[in-house]
Amino acid sequence: MAEPRTGTPPAETERVIAEAEAFTPAEALARVREAEVRDADRPGHREAMTINLGPQHPSTHGVLRLITQLDGEIVREIHPVIGYLHTGIEKQCENKTFWQAITLVTRMDYLSPFFNIHAYTLAVEKLLDLEVPPRAQYLRVIMSELNRISSHLVWLGTSGLELGAITIFFYSYREREKALDLFEMIAGERMNSRYFQVGGCSDDMPPGFETRLRAFLDEMPARIDEYEDLLSKNPIWLERTKGVGVLPAEQLIDLGVTGPALRAAGVDLDLRKRTPYSSYEHFDFQVPLGTSGDAYDRYLLRMREMRESVKIVEQALDGLPEGPHIADDRKVVLPPRSELATSMESLIHHFKLVTEGFAVPEGEAYVSVESPRGELGCYVVSDGGPKPYRCHMRDPSFVNLQALRPMAKGAYLADLIVMIGSLDGVMGGVDR
Amino acid sequence: MSEIGALIEAALPGAVVDEIEHRGELTIEIEPGKLREVAAYVKAPPLAFALLSGVTCADFPDEPGRFRVAYHVFSLETAGRLRLRAWAGALDPELPSVASVWATANWHEREVFDMFGVRFTDHPDLTRILMPLDWDGHPLRRDYPLGGEEVIFSDEV
Amino acid sequence: MALIPPSGAPSQRAARTHPDIDHDLREQEIAAFEKSLLTTTVEKAIAWARSSSIWPATFGLACCAIEMMHTATPRYDIARFGAEVFRASPRQADLMIVSGRVSQKMAPVLRRIYDQMMEPKWVISMGACASSGGVFNNYALVQSVDKIVPVDVYVPGCPPRPESLIEGLNVLQKKIGALGQETSTQLMAAADSTDSGAA
Repeated sequence: MAEPRTGTPPAETERVIAEAEAFTPAEALARVREAEVRDADRPGHREAMTINLGPQHPSTHGVLRLITQLDGEIVREIHPVIGYLHTGIEKQCENKTFWQAITLVTRMDYLSPFFNIHAYTLAVEKLLDLEVPPRAQYLRVIMSELNRISSHLVWLGTSGLELGAITIFFYSYREREKALDLFEMIAGERMNSRYFQVGGCSDDMPPGFETRLRAFLDEMPARIDEYEDLLSKNPIWLERTKGVGVLPAEQLIDLGVTGPALRAAGVDLDLRKRTPYSSYEHFDFQVPLGTSGDAYDRYLLRMREMRESVKIVEQALDGLPEGPHIADDRKVVLPPRSELATSMESLIHHFKLVTEGFAVPEGEAYVSVESPRGELGCYVVSDGGPKPYRCHMRDPSFVNLQALRPMAKGAYLADLIVMIGSLDGVMGGVDR
Repeated sequence: MSEIGALIEAALPGAVVDEIEHRGELTIEIEPGKLREVAAYVKAPPLAFALLSGVTCADFPDEPGRFRVAYHVFSLETAGRLRLRAWAGALDPELPSVASVWATANWHEREVFDMFGVRFTDHPDLTRILMPLDWDGHPLRRDYPLGGEEVIFSDEV
Repeated sequence: MALIPPSGAPSQRAARTHPDIDHDLREQEIAAFEKSLLTTTVEKAIAWARSSSIWPATFGLACCAIEMMHTATPRYDIARFGAEVFRASPRQADLMIVSGRVSQKMAPVLRRIYDQMMEPKWVISMGACASSGGVFNNYALVQSVDKIVPVDVYVPGCPPRPESLIEGLNVLQKKIGALGQETSTQLMAAADSTDSGAA
C-alpha cells in the first residue's frame, strides 16, 4: 500500500475505471440491480448492522430501547430492552396504606391514570365486599371514557408526529386540553389525580361541569371528522400504515395482546362488554372491530372508539342517578368535611382513616378493566392489615410490547416505527 | 370441588392440591411439578383458557413454599377467569416455565425472576428485564429494603 | 393600552402629570435604557440571541413529558419564546428538560446524552421526580437528577402545569441574559475553584 504517488494510477484502479466507463449510467444501474437480485438469494453475505433505537429516541414513545439488527433497511431481529422507567411502584405500595397507594398507582400508566385507579379500587372493593353507589359508578364511567378519549388523542398526535404528519399533533392536543380542563375541574389535577377512591369518587360534579362537558361532547364528533379528513384518505398515511404490523389473531392471543391491537385483527374482546363492571352494561355502545389487523385498521378502530366513548358519556350524563358519590361505610370512606365540625364520631373516623388506614380482610383479588391499551388488571393480596401485602398491576403495554418482535421481523425500519406507534405502548406501564 | 377442579384432577391425578373460592374468584393450587401439564390441559378445549393475563408472585417468608406464583387465565368463549397457584420453594425457588404453552408468559416470568428470584426451568431467555443486568438482589422480596434516601428538611441541614 | 372611556366621561388614562407617577424613577429608567442602548456589548447581544432561541432536546421520560408536549401545543405555545424546535439529536440541542423520573438504569444514558450536548448547555429539571425523587423515595429512582447533571432551573409539580414549565424557561432565559455566557458548568467550575481556594 505504500506506493509512491506517481502520475500513473496502479493497474487495479485502471481496470476498475475502465470497467466502469464501459457502460452508460443506465446500463451500470441495471448491472447493480442484477447483482442485488442475485445476491439476495445468498443470505448473510451482507453484514447485518446492529444499531440502538433508544432509549432516547423521538419515536419510541418513551424510554424504550430496541437493539435492532438491520440488513440495509430491513429489520432482521429486534431485541427490546425495557426497565429504563422502572419506578418501584409495586414495592412502594406495600409501604403505604390502601388509601395512599392510590396516588402511586395512578402514576403508573400516565396516559390512563383513571384506569389505573379504577382497576386498583375495584380489586380493593372486591376484597372488602364494598358496594359502590350507582351515581359513583356512572361518574367513574364518565371519567374513564373521557380518559379514553384523551389517551387516544395523545396516541393520534404522537403517531402522526412520528410519521411526519405534524398537523394532527396540534389538532388532537387542542381537544385534549379541553378534556384536561374537565379533569381539572372535577378532580383538581390535569393528570395523575386521585379522583376515584375506594368506595366511589372523592367528589361530586362541581357546578358548571355538566355544561362544559356537554359542550365538549357536542363538538367532539365534528373534531374527529376533522382528524379523519386529514388522515383517513391521505395517500401517504395509507401507504405507510396499510399492511404494516399484521399478526394472525391466534398468535396475538397467545402473546396475550388485548385491546385495539387485538380487536383490529377481528377478535371481539372488550372487557366492558364481556365482563361488565361499574354499570357498563347499562350503556348502549358498539365495540369496533377490524378485519386485517394492520396499523391502518388499528387507527380506524381507535377513531371509532373515540366516537363510541362520546356516546357512552352522553348516555351516562343523561341517565346519571341521584345519590351519594361514595359509599357510606365510615370504616373505609372518609366522612364529608362538613360533618367534622359537628360530629365527634366522624372526627375519630377521619383521624383513624388518615393515620392508620382501613383494614382489608385477608385474601387476594384480580380485577381488570378495559384501558385504552387493553386489559389493565390489578392483583391485590391482603394479609388483613391496612397496607397492601402485594399489589401487582398487569399492564397492557408490557404485554403488547412482546408482539413487536414477531411483527418486526422482515419489515422496513420505517415500518417498525409505525408498528411501535400502532401498538400504543406507554413506558410508564411497561416498567412500572 | 368445583367443575374445573374436578376436570383437572380427573385428567392429571394429584395435580390439584387445594381449591379456594373467595369473592366470586376461583383459585386452584397446583402441585409445582405438574404445572406445565396443567397449563397445557387448561389451555386446550374443553376448558379453553386461551389468554394468560399474567404471571405474578407474592413473597410469604413464613410459609414453607415462600414464593407463591399466581397465573391468571381467561377464556374468550365463556369470559370466565381462573387463578392457578403454585409454591416455588424457599431455597432455590423454581417452577416449570409455561412459556411453551402461552407465549406471553415469557416476559411475565422474566419479571418474576427479576423481582423475586424464582427460576423457571426451560425458559427461552431467563434474564433480568426491569432492573439493570448487573443488579444485585431481587427487589420485591420482603427482606429487600425499600431503599431511597432519608428526607432532610432545610432547617435540619 | 388606552382604556375605553365610558360614554361622556373623560379618558381614564393617567395623565403624565398624575401625582402618583414617580418622576425620579422614570428618569432613572430612561437613563438606564439609554445607557444600555449606547453600551450594548457583543456579549449582551449574544446572550439575548441565545436566550430567545433555546432549542430543547427531546428528553421526555414519564408523565412530565406529556405536559412538556402540551407546552408545545397551541394553548401554551412555547414557540412564543423561541423554544418550539425540540431536537432529537443532543448535538443540535442546547437545553435538556429532564421531564420525568430517572431510574437507576436510565441514569448513565442521561449523563451520556448530557455529555453529547454542545456547550453552552443548560438543564431544566422538570417535575418533582427529577428535582428530588418526588413521590418515589425508593431503590429504583435516582433521588434528584442533580446528582448526575448540573441543573439550572428546578420546576416543581407533579406534573407541573405547562405554565410552570414556561415560567421555568423564562427564569432560565433571564439567567442566560443576565449572566451572559456563563452556563451552569462554568458556574460550577467557578464554584469549585473558589471552594478549593477557601478550603
